[in-house]
Amino acid sequence: MDRLTFATVWLGGCSGCHMSFLDLDEWLVDLADMVEVVYSPIVDRKEYPENVAVCLIEGAVANEDNLEQVKLIRARTRLLVSFGDCAVTGNVTAMRNPLRTAEPVLQRAYLDTANLRPRIPQARGIVPPLLDQVLPVHEVVPVDSFLPGCPPPADRIRTLLQDVIAGKGSLLSGENIRFG
Amino acid sequence: MPVRTLTIDGKPVSAVEGQTVLDAAQDAGITIPTLCHLDGVSDVGACRLCLVEVTGVSRLLPACVTKVTEGMEVRTESERLKRYRRMILELLFAERNHVCAVCVSNGRCELQNLAVAQGMDHVRFAYRFPPYEVDITHRMFGMDHNRCVLCSRCVRVCWFIEGAATKNVAGRGAGARIITDLSQPWGKSETCTSCGKCVQACPTGAKFHKGSTVAEMERDRSRLEFIVTAREKKQWIV
Amino acid sequence: MDLADLLEIKEKELRTRKPIRLRCCLAAGCMSSNGQAVKDSLDKAVQEAGLADEVEVRGVGCMRLCCEGPLVAVDPAGILYQKVAPEDAASIVAALKGGETQVSRGDLNHPFFTKQMSIVLENSGEIDPERIESYIAADGYQALNDALVEMEPKEVIDAILKSGLRGRGGAGYPTGLKWATVAKMQSPKKYVICNADEGDPGAFMDRSVLESDPHRLLEGMAIAAYAVGADQGFIYVRAEYPLAISRLQTAIKQAKQHGLLGSGVLEAAFTFNVEIRIGAGAFVCGEETALMASIEGERGTPRPRPPFPAERGLYASPTLINNVETFANVPSIVRKGAEWFAGIGTEKSKGTKVFALAGKITNTGLIEVPMGTSLRTIVEEMGAGAPDGNQVKAVQTGGPSGGCVPASELDTPVDYESLQQLGSIMGSGGMIVMDQTTNMVDVARFFMDFCMDESCGKCIPCRAGTVQLHALLDRILRRQATARDLGLLEELCDLVKHTSLCGLGQTAPNPVLSTLRFFRNEYLELLQPEIGAPAGPGNAPKPDANPTR
Repeated sequence: MDRLTFATVWLGGCSGCHMSFLDLDEWLVDLADMVEVVYSPIVDRKEYPENVAVCLIEGAVANEDNLEQVKLIRARTRLLVSFGDCAVTGNVTAMRNPLRTAEPVLQRAYLDTANLRPRIPQARGIVPPLLDQVLPVHEVVPVDSFLPGCPPPADRIRTLLQDVIAGKGSLLSGENIRFG
Repeated sequence: MPVRTLTIDGKPVSAVEGQTVLDAAQDAGITIPTLCHLDGVSDVGACRLCLVEVTGVSRLLPACVTKVTEGMEVRTESERLKRYRRMILELLFAERNHVCAVCVSNGRCELQNLAVAQGMDHVRFAYRFPPYEVDITHRMFGMDHNRCVLCSRCVRVCWFIEGAATKNVAGRGAGARIITDLSQPWGKSETCTSCGKCVQACPTGAKFHKGSTVAEMERDRSRLEFIVTAREKKQWIV
Repeated sequence: MDLADLLEIKEKELRTRKPIRLRCCLAAGCMSSNGQAVKDSLDKAVQEAGLADEVEVRGVGCMRLCCEGPLVAVDPAGILYQKVAPEDAASIVAALKGGETQVSRGDLNHPFFTKQMSIVLENSGEIDPERIESYIAADGYQALNDALVEMEPKEVIDAILKSGLRGRGGAGYPTGLKWATVAKMQSPKKYVICNADEGDPGAFMDRSVLESDPHRLLEGMAIAAYAVGADQGFIYVRAEYPLAISRLQTAIKQAKQHGLLGSGVLEAAFTFNVEIRIGAGAFVCGEETALMASIEGERGTPRPRPPFPAERGLYASPTLINNVETFANVPSIVRKGAEWFAGIGTEKSKGTKVFALAGKITNTGLIEVPMGTSLRTIVEEMGAGAPDGNQVKAVQTGGPSGGCVPASELDTPVDYESLQQLGSIMGSGGMIVMDQTTNMVDVARFFMDFCMDESCGKCIPCRAGTVQLHALLDRILRRQATARDLGLLEELCDLVKHTSLCGLGQTAPNPVLSTLRFFRNEYLELLQPEIGAPAGPGNAPKPDANPTR
């Protein structure tokens, strides 16, 4: 049987959602039979491929690299899933937004609290500049499905993926859409 | 007491004259979503989540302040109401900084529960991210304006149950906020009796017991019910 | 004080009038362009010319063509001087006696003046608003006397019902019906409130009435109080109208001294006291329940209705609330009869309406026209169209609660129903004209900015909805929005309109909805294409035949 091309992406988040994904444990073996993992932090591939059927996108859009990536991913993906609260709401990643710009965040992280050689990293092309405001994915590109939770529990991820693979749709309901 | 017969979602319901549609529905086991309503204090009809459709009335009516009438036909569920309720919740989530993952009320929050019940899986509006402070000057309680939905329940329990009139609303529009006395730190208040009713009344993580961390803030509504029952029914629950 | 005394004052006032009168506008518009100095220098010039015996200089209320102020009218010559400077005084006085003056004259035969019909403004610009004698000389307080002496309260209400007068504050509720409801309520205490919290951007009708003819309002309120059985009145005026407030204070004081307010009004068994309450700058306090809360000293926020003010209003007593212009119509109706009034206007909208013409229009100012006059007559004939050869693009009526009527619909008659059909409202009478240089999305954002700022914050759809509507409009104007955002904008308009607690929120989306209706292209032109094509919710993708590797 043909397998769905499947990707997971890690933007501005803590990777907790991916940890939760790994908590799918033995079901991951079943999943491997049903999807072809074409891109993921746990796959050694540098560039996001064309024509991906399903992509789980973890994290918010926090820097310029995220912004470019999310546009590319959207263009190359048929079913885009916001994976976890940071992707869905901005969540913890966006807690710096009330400060309005990236500057005070960098100041605090790299200067005020630094013990050794306080310096704001500036390396164009290597360290992507932060956006002034962190954005949930759907504020940048259209998103097809939302998988909230911080992190989403493994069985919630499984419910969604099973539905998607079985062609039953991609919308969660009830307790499965609880934030936090 | 004159009795009124009406239907709610097609179900025949009998109610006492003067009862609200919300009361009658609750008695009949029909749930209408609410946020600013709190048993025991007067209703303000502000959150608009309890809006219902009534046959023959073109406007939507807030169930919490609409009195039952004979033969009234009420609908509490429709595609339109669902759409409106969901959108009202989206507006609330976008308005301040409701970060469920790090909130004291995570898992016990009325706003979060409403989002689940109304199928709100994401917010389509741009989050506003207003900069708000947390007031932890009070010895026992804290007020996190980031989580406040301005339901004014704390104000009403403070005025009408405790009678201290410490809490109030200042400012207007999106700038409206809950204040203590004449907008001073809670810990400096001379009128606050530290009764904690406002903390019990709060639907979200805006008011909390100091020391409670993420998902730990448990509220004990029975403390309010105790007083309300005593006042309204002259019964003392032991 | 009784009718005989009134007539005596009138006669004395007319008898002592001098043959030549210079009327100087001392309403806020002309005052702001030095009108007081003009009057003072005319006074001086008359003295210096030795004409004090035959020429009098009077301060009067609004003479309507505000854009040409300060205005000075000469009786009985029938001259209107425009943009008068204090230095012009000598030449104007000299011209009374055959001299020459270079001061420009207004064309009193222009449709701006000839198409007007004055009921509410009949004394405006004619009488001295700071002298009760001047009002009495214009038959003032005779209607109150008629009502108290010759009519039962019920007859007064019947007359108002028969006249077809509808509320001039915007919604157009039949005034007589409102009065009848309050009259029916059994209560030891009732109140009459005048809503003078005029706050629509570009609206200054009520201000002009208050500044030009304050006694007319007091008389109208007293008649209403008699009809509904109230003994206490409040006038809720916004603090931004200091001149109106001071003239009202003067008027109340004079009316009390003359036994026209207080106990035993006109020697009848009728008591009526009026107090002024000054608003603190909240637009929402024009909403009647918020207004009453504010009078009571509470936070000015609306509450759900029912109960309506007529049942349970100020201090929980039955309360009649009408707008300034509504009350100002009352003395004329009582004096001249309901039939006379009902003969003016259209089938469902009777009488006249005062409009404040503003925006991109040649003749800015105040007009009063019979209901049913077309917008075209008002804008193109009376207002003389847009200045600088520009084309009128739209007319905004009803302020932030109203909508934009496009130029193609200018033949619409102004009446409550016709304007509503176009997605606008009559409103209180602000009329803002726009020309082709105006961007309609920007107009919508302007009004949303206003509503967002003025929302009281009590109900969520208005408090948070107006903020998001504003953000969406802003995003469209910054050319960052997509069709998705436009859809969201429309959905949100629907929510705010149908779920907000009070009129402010319920009507806040109107400027957006009406510009979307008539100028949708201006929105579409600003939209950007969406990035990527979503599968759409619920559309799970089919397995890939040839997955990319």
